Amino acid sequence: MAIAKRTFDVVVVGAGGSGMRAALQLAHAGLKVAVLSKVFPTRSHTVAAQGGIAASLGNIKEDNWHWHMYDTVKGSDYLGDQDAIEFMCRAAPEVVYELEHFGMPFDRTDSGKIYQRPFGGHMQEYGKTPVDRACAAADRTGHALLHTLYQQNVKANTHFFTEWMALDLIRDQDGDVLGVTALEIETGETMIFQARATLFATGGAGRIFQSSTNAFINTGDGLGMAARAGIPLEDMEFFQFHPTGVYGAGVLITEGVRGEGGYLVNKDGERFMPKYAPNAKDLASRDVVARAMTIEINEGRGCGPHGDHIMLKLDHLGDDVIRQRLPGIREISLKFAHVDPAKAPIPVVPTAHYMMGGIPTNYHGQVVAPYKTGPDEVVHGLYAVGECACVSVHGANRLGCNSLLDLIVFGREAGRQIIEDIKNNPHTKPLPADAAERPLARLARLENQQNGESVSEVGDAMRKTMQKHCGVFRFPGLLAEGVEQIKQVAERVAHTGIRDKSRVFNTARIEALELDNLIEVAQATMISAAARKESRGAHARDDFQQRDDVNWLKHSLYFREGNRLDYKPVRLKPLTVESFPLKARVY
Amino acid sequence: MKFRIYRYNPDVDAAPYMQDYELDIRLGDSTQGKMLLDALLLIKQQDDSLSLRKSCREGVCGSDAMNINGRNGLACITPLSSLKEPVELRPLPGLPVIRDLIVDMTQFFKQYHSVKPYLINNEPPPETERLQSPAQRAHLNGLYECILCGCCTTACPSFWWNPDKFVGPAGLLQAYRFIADTRDQATSERLDDLEDPYRLFRCHTIMNCVDVCPKELNPTEAIGNIKDLMVRRMV
Repeated sequence: MAIAKRTFDVVVVGAGGSGMRAALQLAHAGLKVAVLSKVFPTRSHTVAAQGGIAASLGNIKEDNWHWHMYDTVKGSDYLGDQDAIEFMCRAAPEVVYELEHFGMPFDRTDSGKIYQRPFGGHMQEYGKTPVDRACAAADRTGHALLHTLYQQNVKANTHFFTEWMALDLIRDQDGDVLGVTALEIETGETMIFQARATLFATGGAGRIFQSSTNAFINTGDGLGMAARAGIPLEDMEFFQFHPTGVYGAGVLITEGVRGEGGYLVNKDGERFMPKYAPNAKDLASRDVVARAMTIEINEGRGCGPHGDHIMLKLDHLGDDVIRQRLPGIREISLKFAHVDPAKAPIPVVPTAHYMMGGIPTNYHGQVVAPYKTGPDEVVHGLYAVGECACVSVHGANRLGCNSLLDLIVFGREAGRQIIEDIKNNPHTKPLPADAAERPLARLARLENQQNGESVSEVGDAMRKTMQKHCGVFRFPGLLAEGVEQIKQVAERVAHTGIRDKSRVFNTARIEALELDNLIEVAQATMISAAARKESRGAHARDDFQQRDDVNWLKHSLYFREGNRLDYKPVRLKPLTVESFPLKARVY
Repeated sequence: MKFRIYRYNPDVDAAPYMQDYELDIRLGDSTQGKMLLDALLLIKQQDDSLSLRKSCREGVCGSDAMNINGRNGLACITPLSSLKEPVELRPLPGLPVIRDLIVDMTQFFKQYHSVKPYLINNEPPPETERLQSPAQRAHLNGLYECILCGCCTTACPSFWWNPDKFVGPAGLLQAYRFIADTRDQATSERLDDLEDPYRLFRCHTIMNCVDVCPKELNPTEAIGNIKDLMVRRMV
């Protein structure tokens, strides 16, 4: 089948924080760039980030990047790669100042500097006392950041393809990536975007779970495309449950609430975090707090008629502080929990939030996969940044505010690397004859499917399976069953059908295509989780409750073909400083 | 609950029509805390041909703006309990309809882009942040929070009449967001650009924008501030 084709230097898939930071770098270099996004750029999920972006500016209390690096390594439960973590923490102040220069409306201190607040796991002097490291624009930091980057891209004349969904990667026989095939949602037309560099910035996949803080668009599209093209997915068992999603609705309540002085209480009104984290208390890292809450609920100290949630108390902060520093939380609380947080606590529950794993990359954003020589071999032409990538700076557990930082540091760095790679390798390789075969076959399958099962039913089965079998605590029996069930769901995904076959803005078709991606992420997550026989960071097993550095200090690599797992070493050596040695993780 | 929803699919429909749907939920306990978007997703399970935009489902991305019982708003933060039945849903007024509840927002974004919605400061930036006092930063409150959903502009009769010439409330709010920013150096260019019988002055303070803004922002006030600045620089 004939298919239209356009050629660019670079195609960026995704227009959230990392994609737009990279696009800006590329636009300034004068390259011909296409940025594809399923939604108008400012609707990307970065917009929902609340609390801040981490950088050791030291505007409130003394701070430095080496403390930040220590906290990140410790937060990762030593699974993070220390070269990448050093790179990120050192670059943090510079990229945040850049955002300020771009016009980002940060809150200010009395001396006119960027306002910073404490956040979970961010400490002074290698873990001693909490430090104000989260650079914040009220509790709308992601919104302020995303809009600022969009504005700068408008100024730079970036070419956006809005409401285009990338369907599949194009790889040739050498394994090199030559672009993507994409679908224009408004018209239903497909097109090949041939490019010398393809950058995935497709975000997370929280929608594999039933209860998630994530937007509907977070369907792991980049991971699905990578997996189908034979690229492994790294550390997928590590999925962060944010301690404070609104009970029932799942909407995020920022950790910044606790940074500003809020705390969690059980049904007896007891502030329980000091029992679990005597030093950091409510500002321990997210995996620790989410587990503590789950234990409180499981041991019968949960709140409400069903004893199934926890209360987040912030009324003691006063209406003024709440209105000034946490206006978005006030709004969410009123709308989704029917509670004025200045008067009553907010009911919350740990909620699926962030995927630490992703497409394996080095700290320049180049995708790496074992092919011939080893796990650090670069996949030519493919780059990944942001939540869809696993650099790995977050290891087994991400610290709050390190996500926005990750987007900006590695978005910028991947942009720089792409510019260099294109300069060194100016040739365009010919497209293989079957370039668009897979996506066209997927579309044809949907078109011709008779009596297909409904996408929402199969999706529900996937989300329920993930929620029940792969949650905050993981049990051997449930994991083993989960693996079988999710494979069965994957069979069903291959036979979904849509009733609406029209071309124009057919969202039923888009949702079916998204489910193809979600199921890849769900399988990778469940299978990697069942295999890792230890507890580390966000992966907490009932049958192996300790971290096992002898056998499991290694990254998982999940390959779609045959649901195979492989492993690769953690990069413990930083770029310029000494390694942080392995230690028990106590907050 | 009963719904009447605007339907139009250019692939198959010669003209738009209203379609009735009924969901087996009653206002009361079962709708406690449920939003209009939740109901639309249930309807979409019955009829997968119903098309709408959606993403964050918490009122920050601006995707699911639509006309709800005659008033523009976001489906995801409109409680079902606040709605009279049958709930009548239409696409945002004043823009071409692509399909069902989805409008073509090209004209809206064209006007937004026309105000140069980015910080202009040609001095080399300092090593660290540009300083701004909390009081100066406070001028941006009520301006920077806009989510570009389009509720305000498509509720504005002046925009309906002159969508190609009048910037509209959302664009003007953003124009003022940069005028009000102490770090921006382009105030006089920005005012020059708006000093035009249409771009700014088609605003007749009807205030529909203020009435419908789901983020409770006040474009009319921002427009008033721009007009004040123009008067002040003339005298």
